[in-house]
Amino acid sequence: MFKHEWLETNIGLLTVATMLAISIGGLVEIAPLFFIKGTVEKVDGVRPYTPLELRGRDIYQREGCYLCHSQMIRPFRDEALRYGHYSLAAESQYDHPFQWGSKRTGPDLARVGKKYSNEWMVQHLVAPRSLVPQSVMPNFPWLLTNQLDYSDIQDRMKALRLAGVPYSLNKAEYDANVKKFGAATAKMLDITHARQNLIAQAQENNYDGDRSGISEMDALVAYLQVLGTMVDFSKYDDDAFVKYR
Amino acid sequence: MSMQKQQQQPQTTGHVWDGDLQEYNNPLPNWWLIGFYLTVIFAIGYWFLYPAWPIAGTYTKGFATIRYTNDKGVTKTVHWNSRALLMEETNAAVAKQKPYYDKIGSMTPEQIAKDPDLNSFVISAGKSLFSDNCAACHQQGGVGKMGFAPNLTDDDWLYGGHFDQIQQTITLGRHGYMPPFRGVLNDQQMTELADYVLSFTKVPVNPESAKAGDALFHSETAACYYCHGANAKGRTVIGSANLTDNIWLWANVPAAKTVADKEDAIKHVITNGLHKGVMPTWGGRLSADQIKLLTVYVHDLGGGQ
Repeated sequence: MFKHEWLETNIGLLTVATMLAISIGGLVEIAPLFFIKGTVEKVDGVRPYTPLELRGRDIYQREGCYLCHSQMIRPFRDEALRYGHYSLAAESQYDHPFQWGSKRTGPDLARVGKKYSNEWMVQHLVAPRSLVPQSVMPNFPWLLTNQLDYSDIQDRMKALRLAGVPYSLNKAEYDANVKKFGAATAKMLDITHARQNLIAQAQENNYDGDRSGISEMDALVAYLQVLGTMVDFSKYDDDAFVKYR
Repeated sequence: MSMQKQQQQPQTTGHVWDGDLQEYNNPLPNWWLIGFYLTVIFAIGYWFLYPAWPIAGTYTKGFATIRYTNDKGVTKTVHWNSRALLMEETNAAVAKQKPYYDKIGSMTPEQIAKDPDLNSFVISAGKSLFSDNCAACHQQGGVGKMGFAPNLTDDDWLYGGHFDQIQQTITLGRHGYMPPFRGVLNDQQMTELADYVLSFTKVPVNPESAKAGDALFHSETAACYYCHGANAKGRTVIGSANLTDNIWLWANVPAAKTVADKEDAIKHVITNGLHKGVMPTWGGRLSADQIKLLTVYVHDLGGGQ
């Protein structure tokens, strides 16, 4: 008889052993990255999302954008030519969960920020084929008519704060943010002023072209327009991030 | 299959379920086993060549190396990794295109457009740059989109169709603006202005109304001439439209069937103004040479001046 009969005839033990076996791959490939210095590159400019951008990210997830769009430019020449500089780990450091994705039915969005105008984004989200005839993207017309619910914005920021995102709840954390990101950004990361900040950013930029209210479109376009724009790569040599790999 | 093999008693695990269910116990074929052991040996070789095992805050880097030169001209040799590989591959591609880009860098767009040697390079490289970056708004081939982005293949230019003007537009971007006249002009005045504008293109409007519109256009009440010029041909410095050439971007006059519909299309723009027509800044995203190349490409699309 076989040596492993004791395992195969004991369903509870087999379940545990199977999970152990298949987690080895993850443990060996992923876990060490948390301990290797230089996994997250040292780079200036990356900051957590503002309250409005954060709500936009939530809508991005709600609508399942990540199912067709990746946010991960790999270090390949064809991707660099089409999308720009390859994505840095540092650029996703405040994303919980990260939006790298694994499927590109549509183009990568890691550096889509500022590539198109706000009005293009609005028009394209409402009716993609009116601008890109060969597109298979669905229409998202409700984004323009749904008013943005930001009543729970502070709770959302608090949840991310628990995950390690430096949104500030008290003076000490605020001061730390001023030191790390500068005063203007630190103000945007202050949970106690989240609602005012959200409204102010939406009104100042008027992403959806309609000043009568804050739509979900305002939030989503605010989010899309910041993607990949935080790091100024012109300040770095073109091989500045090779040394981290 | 031979008779003999079929008659052989198959080896089973010796276990019987439900009275008659048995499990074969055939050994793995040798070719499969040998293949398996070869992959194990291959993996060991791989560990020595490439980054592999994590050890105490770092990892084994492997013996394979890559040599590349960065943009400061410093040549480095580093352990194999995908970012260095990208440097190497990019350098090789850049070296191939260097003769072209050296010329492009040293020439003005006018000279590039006239250089027959560069012609096919400008067309092929320009086409892929245009498709990637410009076609989302200006559409394939640059035919534009009514109510959204101007046609680049005609000889009507909001911000000017000379090389330096196109180059400036691409580098810095643009932002269209016209103030709304809601509450400033009444409905009749707007109709008069629409008729004046339509009279340039032989639309059968009421001549009296068009004449009143002419006066209003050049008056301080509407002050249209401030931006669109006394001759209504627009001013490229501020991107105001030429209203006399029957080329339309914001008011969809061509699609309107009746004169009244045409008037309404124009009145809609006068009433609400424009706070759109935003073209992003490309100076940070594309290199100066790429913009120069695109300038020549766009100029060559049809209407360059």
